[in-house]
Amino acid sequence: MAIASPAQSTPQPKRYSLEGGIPPKVSKALFLALAVFAIVLPFLMDPISSFLSDIIIALAFVIMALGLNVVVGFAGLLDLGYVAFFAIGAYAVGWFASGFFVDANVHIAVSGFVLNLPGIHANFLIVLVVSMVLCMIGGVLIGLPTLRLRGDYIAIVTLAFGEIIRVFAVNGDQISLPFGDAKLTAGRQGITPVDQVQLPFLDQFTQLNLRPWYWLVLALVFITLFVVIRLRDSRLGRAWIAIREDEVAAASMGVPLVKTKLAAYAVGAAIGGVSGAFQASYLNTVNADQFAFSFSIFVLAMIILGGLGSVWGVVFGALLLSFINSYLIPDVLRTVPEKVGLDFELTDLGFGIFGFLLLIVMVLRPEGLLPEKRRQIELTEGVGTGESTFEVNK
Amino acid sequence: MSPDKAERGHIDSRAELLTCVGVSKIFGGLTAVSDVSFSIPHNSIVSVIGPNGAGKTTFFNMLTGLYKPSVGRISFLGKDVTGTRPDIITRMGVARTFQNIRLFGTMTALENVLVGQHARMKAGIIGSIVRTPAVRREEVRVREVGREILAFVGMPESSFDQLAINLSYGDQRRVEIARALASEPKLLLLDEPTAGMNPNESDRLTDLMRKLRDERDLSILLIEHDMKVVMGVSERVTVLDHGTKIAEGDPVAVRANPAVVEAYLGKQG
Repeated sequence: MAIASPAQSTPQPKRYSLEGGIPPKVSKALFLALAVFAIVLPFLMDPISSFLSDIIIALAFVIMALGLNVVVGFAGLLDLGYVAFFAIGAYAVGWFASGFFVDANVHIAVSGFVLNLPGIHANFLIVLVVSMVLCMIGGVLIGLPTLRLRGDYIAIVTLAFGEIIRVFAVNGDQISLPFGDAKLTAGRQGITPVDQVQLPFLDQFTQLNLRPWYWLVLALVFITLFVVIRLRDSRLGRAWIAIREDEVAAASMGVPLVKTKLAAYAVGAAIGGVSGAFQASYLNTVNADQFAFSFSIFVLAMIILGGLGSVWGVVFGALLLSFINSYLIPDVLRTVPEKVGLDFELTDLGFGIFGFLLLIVMVLRPEGLLPEKRRQIELTEGVGTGESTFEVNK
Repeated sequence: MSPDKAERGHIDSRAELLTCVGVSKIFGGLTAVSDVSFSIPHNSIVSVIGPNGAGKTTFFNMLTGLYKPSVGRISFLGKDVTGTRPDIITRMGVARTFQNIRLFGTMTALENVLVGQHARMKAGIIGSIVRTPAVRREEVRVREVGREILAFVGMPESSFDQLAINLSYGDQRRVEIARALASEPKLLLLDEPTAGMNPNESDRLTDLMRKLRDERDLSILLIEHDMKVVMGVSERVTVLDHGTKIAEGDPVAVRANPAVVEAYLGKQG
């Protein structure tokens, strides 16, 4: 970490570096090994084991967390309403890949018995694109009112946006659409079932064989990783760091603030939509109760725990928290309160446990478990906290 | 934006690089800059001086789009840029440095200069993800240009990949100038570039300014407290005091101007 020139005898001020950590060759080999392991993993377990199901959910959360990390970690815009994109992505499946609109009879690139069902039934890949487009529009909509705001105020507006989407989802069964007697959503009742995914080269996607689901979500994780890493190391990625550290200087160097921030919102939203669409298909329901505020906080906790801005930290944080939530607490530690003579369900304490974990991490390692070097320096040096008020024209 | 707007403000802007007519900036009850008219010729070095709080930086911020003038018009290269966004003004060819250095601390010297080239690059979201040949070529080119500019301002090769916060004060000033130059400006605004420098370092910076004007074909507007630098390098000096222009002319004439002497000595003496 510290690079001290050997000839110096006087004490030098602390020097920072982005180098260090694992050498690139080793990390590449490590990544390849992990990727191969991840691909063959389902052969090592029962195709309907609940542990495989936990892994699938965890990977879906990895995608979510990587998307939120673009907004919060890369561009430095605190977003407390990320659940909105989970909802929009899920409703893309509910609307365009289920029998929800009973009056419609549209089938696009699907085969089998689905052809005989009423409603709109589009292939999962098409729904994926639709959900990304819808989420990008949502991302820009949430971005626009926050552009004149900073820090905590952005957080409040995004929080409100998440709540607006949730309220629409809950009460959507009262909102009639202009065609037939279609409603906007099915509210708390949920849109279920939704179409099973149909993809070439993979077995049938059913609840009796989770392997195709696993490989699908794994492929989506790899694509998301590729996209966020490429963007991080691009012209846009540099512009995000620049506005995160000093908006005034960034604007004065020719970085358009509005466009750059909206790009972060749009990319983050699209990735959230991918995960939302996948989870809706996998869970086989689109239910308004899924879109609670606590979901946004859960994903945010993942990226803070793992290391804000750090791609691998975020992957790690998402896997860790998701496993604690869906495996460790309900399966492994469930009997602990009973054993010590207490009478309560450990799952009720889920958020208490996450809060406690986060608190410990914040005290011992505030930059996260696998921190991003730049963020670490910003945290210790107070870079990017300078005064930054100026009149943004228009 | 339209040229007829500029004409309504009676600006003969074609002869000059930048022209301000009757520019004022009022913050609440405070008039920071009051009715300043000013112009910068092509390929020249001009200075704005004045006691602390005279409104020099506020004036700078209006020229670069960070503040919108309360009254008056600014035109650059014959186009009205009053109230235009800072990034658009930069794209048009105005670059600046800051009084208190505002480098991106956790980026390397080279990366800072790459951000400066943002407006001259084209790579979009899809292009950056796919890394098309055009994007790859652009990335190679801007890195080459970045290295050239850093070498031009006198940075040693070994410091290119050094994080900005690790650099010495003088080097940070230099990188900030390099970052501004990277946007290919026709007008470079330097806000107290020699602040905190020793005489040796300011001499080198003065040489650099001349070199920039002569080799890069640009104009420099300088805010400076060091009179030796101002008198040595400027072709024209404008003096602000309490937001108003009290004198303008060549360095010798300004130095002899009684109003200027009063503004300075009255405060100091």
